[in-house]
Amino acid sequence: MLLLEQLLNGLQYSALLFLLASGLTLIFGIMGVINLAQGAFYMVGAFCAAYTAIASGSFWLGGLAALAGAALYGLVIETGIIRRLYNRDHLDQVLATLAVVFFTNELITLLFGRSPPAMPTPDWYNVFVEVLPGLMYPVSRMLFIGAGLLVALGMWLLINHTRLGMLIRAGADDHEMVGALGVNISRLYTLVFVFGCMLCGLAGFMAAPLLSVEIGMGEKVLITTFVVIVVGGVGSVRGALAGALLIGMVDSLGRAYIPPLLDQLLPADVSGALSGGLVSASAYIVMALVLLVRPRGLLPARA
Amino acid sequence: MSRRRIIDLACLATFALMPLLAALLDEPFLVSLFTRLAIYGMAAASLDLLIGYGAMVSFGHAAFFGLGGYLVGIIAFHTSQGMPLWGWEGSNSALVVWPLALLCCALLGLVMGYLSLRTTGVQFIMITLAFSQMLYFILSSLSLYGGDDGILINERNRLPGLDLNDANQFYYLCVGLLVAWLLFCRRLVGSRFGFVLRGLKQSERRTVSLGLKPLRYRLTTFVIAGLGAGLAGLLWANYALFVSPDMASWQKSGELMAMVILGGVGTLMGPVLGAAVYLGLEQLLSLWTEHWLLIFGPLLLLVVLFGRQGIHGLLMAGQRPRSSPTGPAPVATTREVHP
Repeated sequence: MLLLEQLLNGLQYSALLFLLASGLTLIFGIMGVINLAQGAFYMVGAFCAAYTAIASGSFWLGGLAALAGAALYGLVIETGIIRRLYNRDHLDQVLATLAVVFFTNELITLLFGRSPPAMPTPDWYNVFVEVLPGLMYPVSRMLFIGAGLLVALGMWLLINHTRLGMLIRAGADDHEMVGALGVNISRLYTLVFVFGCMLCGLAGFMAAPLLSVEIGMGEKVLITTFVVIVVGGVGSVRGALAGALLIGMVDSLGRAYIPPLLDQLLPADVSGALSGGLVSASAYIVMALVLLVRPRGLLPARA
Repeated sequence: MSRRRIIDLACLATFALMPLLAALLDEPFLVSLFTRLAIYGMAAASLDLLIGYGAMVSFGHAAFFGLGGYLVGIIAFHTSQGMPLWGWEGSNSALVVWPLALLCCALLGLVMGYLSLRTTGVQFIMITLAFSQMLYFILSSLSLYGGDDGILINERNRLPGLDLNDANQFYYLCVGLLVAWLLFCRRLVGSRFGFVLRGLKQSERRTVSLGLKPLRYRLTTFVIAGLGAGLAGLLWANYALFVSPDMASWQKSGELMAMVILGGVGTLMGPVLGAAVYLGLEQLLSLWTEHWLLIFGPLLLLVVLFGRQGIHGLLMAGQRPRSSPTGPAPVATTREVHP
């Protein structure tokens, strides 16, 4: 039962990682921009959700605000800054988006203070449901897993079966050619960027009641998101899904099983310190192992 | 005298005369600030070796800074607990601790470099980042050494012939090491080794077809750059008498990168100026408002978007870039060019 519950927790964490990673990898794959500010949009989403939900008393209005806030901020950042970075080298992109992170953190601190009060949730949100005989699981986490699945399915449909998806794929391969065919490439890029930001906003909305809403919450998960992308293969949405599942599972199973395992193998004072570090670093260790075998990640975008 | 030479000499003179100036103005705080500049300048210049000459955009350079610092902190902690290294009283001497710290940094550089250099471009940026995060989490989990809170250090390492507790003597040691490090780096990039490195940056295929093995050159550079940041880290531990996992955090790597860009990529001296401007602005703006990043962020953005070759480029404006070994190298291009 413990194993099953840990698997579900892993799935929930995977869903969070996938929401962030799929947008990030789409932006990288299509525009060639490495965007450190992705975590900032997640934070903006969470703050907007918490504040709106408190102010209006409506949980769903909070969600709407998260999506709108993240998308709007994304639109501003894309047209103001990211747009100038398309043909620059990665160093400039890293630094410019880092500057956006600095700026956003301070802006949010000024507007909302360091951390808002906890986001109110409706009654049904905290109910436990019996998913399997003997296994109770909270609706909140189920919702998270459901959202991850829906987005994964939606993205697959969008990319493989719509005209927009076709343009996105074509733009990733040769954006000049797509531009020459009469597609407004600049608008396509803005659209993709804002779409990625909305996914972050969604993740922020889902995470706001579960995790602590605070300044710098984006940076914490951003680095793990990068690990997900590198493990899965940079620029590939399928890779993001595979990477998110792998890292999410490793993290949550590691948290559950590494400490007791080390307790049995080593004396208590050594194992305590070691297991803490090992649990936090497990995702990075997995990444190092994957890259040793497949330097381009598990499912690279193009061979 | 070339303008580059003038810039170098002006910087050197400023550094050399600072304690005198501080004494004249009765502002001992200036010596402390310039000690910080020298230490961060060293770390930034070593990162420039990777970014500006090796086209290796490492986002994990703070790992070495943190590791160097922690070695000093950990040994000082045990010494103060009456448990010196190998039970020997003299083991907190700089002559023991510093080489040991550098050795550990070299080992880290070897492992991290070997694994990271299997990748290029974005993957390289991200995997170096991940490695430094790994170290960050390991340092945070060392509950014996204060975990997240870090270690307070009782006293500076002892170096025979010098009193490191004297602010001026410690300052001149840091400046001396910075100058030595810059001279070494300049020799390195001007040597045959440096030419291979820059050849690799321009065209890996061409260099390989000349029969040279890229990994060997890149890995050596990675280790050397790690040593520079490790040296800066152990000096920092001695300066601040405090180390914490934040020394190895990704924000620290970002700061170092910002210093390199601010100062000018591929100029070695530029990053030192960049460190000076970065720390100076931080000092000034934070005096003014606690939300100094609100102003600093956009400033940084402007430099990245519109600044050509950073401060060094600004000072050199109008000078025709020479193709000499120490001349400004073109801005790093890490995106792979597909034929």
